[in-house]
Amino acid sequence: MTKAIPPFPAIRVAGLRKSFGRTHALDGLDLRVEPGEVHGFLGPNGAGKSTTIRVLLGLLRSDGGTAQVLGKDPWHSAVEIHRHVAYVPGDVTLWRNLSGGEVIDLYGRLHRGSGAKRPPWRGGGGRRAGLDATRRDELLERFELDPTKKGRTYSKGNRQKVALVAAFASDVDLLILDEPTSGLDPLMEEVFQSCVAEERDRGRTVLLSSHVLSEVEALCDRVSIIRKGRTVESGSLGELRHLTRTTVVAELAGPPAGLDGLPGVHGLTVQPLQGGPACRVRLQADTDRLGAVLGPLGAAGLRSLTSTPPTLEELFLRHYQDDLRPDAGQQDGARPAGTVAR
Amino acid sequence: MSALVAPAAVRPGDPRHLAGTGTLLRLALRRDRLMIPVWVLLLGLSVVATGPSFASLYDTATKRAELAASMNANGSLRALYGPVFGDSLGGLVAWRMAGFGAVLAAVMSLLIVIRHTREEEEAGRQELLSAAVVGRRAPLTAALLAALVADAGVAVLTAAGLAASGRPVGGSLALGVAIGGTGLLFAALAAIAAQLTESARLAKGLTGAVLGAAFALRAAGDASADGGSPLTWLSPIGWAQHLRAYAGERWWVVLLLAATTALATAAAYALTARRDLGMSFLPARPGPARAPRSLGGPTGLAWRLQRTTLAGWTAGLALAGAVFGGIAKGAASLVDGNQRTREIFERLGGQQSLTDAFLASITGLLGMVAALYAVGAVLRMRAEETGGRAEPVLAGAVGRLRWAGGHLVIALVGTAVVLAAAGLTLGIAYGASVGDVAGGTGRVLAATLAQVPAVWTLAAVAMAVLGLLPRAAGAVWALTGGCLALGWFGPVLRLPQWALDLSPYGHLPKLPGGAVTAAPFLWLTALSVVLISAGLVGLRRRDIG
Repeated sequence: MTKAIPPFPAIRVAGLRKSFGRTHALDGLDLRVEPGEVHGFLGPNGAGKSTTIRVLLGLLRSDGGTAQVLGKDPWHSAVEIHRHVAYVPGDVTLWRNLSGGEVIDLYGRLHRGSGAKRPPWRGGGGRRAGLDATRRDELLERFELDPTKKGRTYSKGNRQKVALVAAFASDVDLLILDEPTSGLDPLMEEVFQSCVAEERDRGRTVLLSSHVLSEVEALCDRVSIIRKGRTVESGSLGELRHLTRTTVVAELAGPPAGLDGLPGVHGLTVQPLQGGPACRVRLQADTDRLGAVLGPLGAAGLRSLTSTPPTLEELFLRHYQDDLRPDAGQQDGARPAGTVAR
Repeated sequence: MSALVAPAAVRPGDPRHLAGTGTLLRLALRRDRLMIPVWVLLLGLSVVATGPSFASLYDTATKRAELAASMNANGSLRALYGPVFGDSLGGLVAWRMAGFGAVLAAVMSLLIVIRHTREEEEAGRQELLSAAVVGRRAPLTAALLAALVADAGVAVLTAAGLAASGRPVGGSLALGVAIGGTGLLFAALAAIAAQLTESARLAKGLTGAVLGAAFALRAAGDASADGGSPLTWLSPIGWAQHLRAYAGERWWVVLLLAATTALATAAAYALTARRDLGMSFLPARPGPARAPRSLGGPTGLAWRLQRTTLAGWTAGLALAGAVFGGIAKGAASLVDGNQRTREIFERLGGQQSLTDAFLASITGLLGMVAALYAVGAVLRMRAEETGGRAEPVLAGAVGRLRWAGGHLVIALVGTAVVLAAAGLTLGIAYGASVGDVAGGTGRVLAATLAQVPAVWTLAAVAMAVLGLLPRAAGAVWALTGGCLALGWFGPVLRLPQWALDLSPYGHLPKLPGGAVTAAPFLWLTALSVVLISAGLVGLRRRDIG
């Protein structure tokens, strides 16, 4: 099921700006999503994730910067792009008197559009994109969704499933999912994750905006973290981790020497154990300085050692917590967007 | 009542079932702080204002007796307004307003009750309230009390206003009670409907259907016999009229109203005690698992969303056409005897023969009412947009013009369909009454269809605002209302022609009977094209949402 790679990134956004009145929703946002990757799009509420997605769908017109989806301008070529894009909004609203099955089919047919042809890198001029009926039925079963209920009787989670089934059953190249699991229970969350994994295996590109960090950690090849309309971090999880601190907890025979003041060591605490010379050391080390920490620990008689790489939550909170500090704005300006080069 | 309720840990009469009623009532009145006063004032004042208008039109006892006699002699007029029981000024007010006022009070009450019961449950807001210290019966009680406040307001305003303007106190009280009491009965019927259906819209429709049936029964009863037949007595609207305000009041009819209201209220409480929150006795039917072929794109979707509304408007205006067509001949002969009424019709309908003037005033009326359909159909797009339902459609391979085009076609063609239906029934009913269906129908149909360009212009204004100033979409209703008011009251108030020309309807010839030139039709259509184009260009350029 693998496909030829198109000659351009699935999404390329540079310096994107969008204001609503006096509010600057997007303030120079950058985003690059490569074909075939699952890209996590993270940020606190109001950071500009949904606004970015609406610009990418050509629903909003940007005030500045550039945006390209599948190599085309989303404002001018919206219809052309949409033939190859499926979208799941964060808050799915359905028509009261249309059944879920009708809505799924309708969304599928809307994607087909009139005269939609496959792009050249997929063997151009082939059959029209649209809804895969077998996959639709299979997805309905996996998501345990009753397609005969009317729109007004679905719960929030079930409305979300309607949009997800339509998106996953569509024959498209790019899936844009805006907090798609906010109403799903843990079982359905698992179904969702396996569906995204299948999409990746088929060579499709996914932009996943999410709050559920475990989900992003499990699914995404690369992530972009945005804050106040700007990208503050972007790269693979490994690259991001490398830039941050690893938590080290060690039990030692005696107190360590030379850890305090060692460059790259933060938040050192030494806690005596059972009144004796033995102690438990807890510290955070810059990941690229981890080696230098091990020396003093070994010299002090290492009994046990756990080293925990930073979770995505910690990466995320590092940017979140800046908001709580009064000098957050200046710090932000000092840190270049997209610190990690691809 | 308690016998109907299933045994429960808390006895049915237990005051705990009503816990929180006061708070919920205050919430309801706070939410309706604009809606209830506007309804009460408009309804009460329109009844009271009928007195002076009859006093100037029929200023002597002889004229009033003539009016009463000719009204009672004409079956189709009896069907529309009911019989005249007394030819005093008060008697005429009661004849004209008892049934009409009762229908309006019923509509007001059913809207209030459904709004605070089923609509709250459907929206999920009731769940939050019921999780607080709120008894099982409190929401229904609060809704009924809110309706009681409104209906009592109407009754008091009506009775006091009429008595203050010199009508006998007993009759004024009777009319107030007839109107407010019917309203309260329909509040109780709406409370039953709210238990039966899962959707608020369906509950409103169900109560509305009962109201329509009540009106039809009364009309049939009054048409078949002067003074009413047993059919009349099956209808609460009939009761309101047969209370005979200002004509030897039959006070026992009030007992009939009160007893029925009490029974209906008891039934609603019994039903509410036997169901779960959010559930209903008529569960929603499942829909198809797959979309039909017709639901294949934005136009198919627009049709699916709007077809029920269009069918309702077509049926409603066709019915109105039939009723007015049936009374046209009689109305003309009546009006003939009264110089001032005659003048009013001539100003509304033109200087031709009086029957044509009457018919022309009706086609004008139908044209103005059709604008409400057309503007609503265009503004449906705004509701789709703000409701978040347009976004996923436009995220498909659907251009904005194609999306808007579907709704526009339905609004514009729908206008012609609605008016054609009304013109057809108006023509056929009128033709039948004068014994010339073939000759009358085409002429009246053409006259009704001549309204189409003016309606299109208002729909086009709605499209222009939607594209260029989407936040001001609500103002289109005010503008439409202004045009209708100019058309309705302008001629009666003898406003100068330039003022009437502010409305697109002011430029149409008075048809049937008036002289026809192509110019106004052409430039109204051209103006519509320009406005729609401007709206579409605006829609393409602006943000969605």
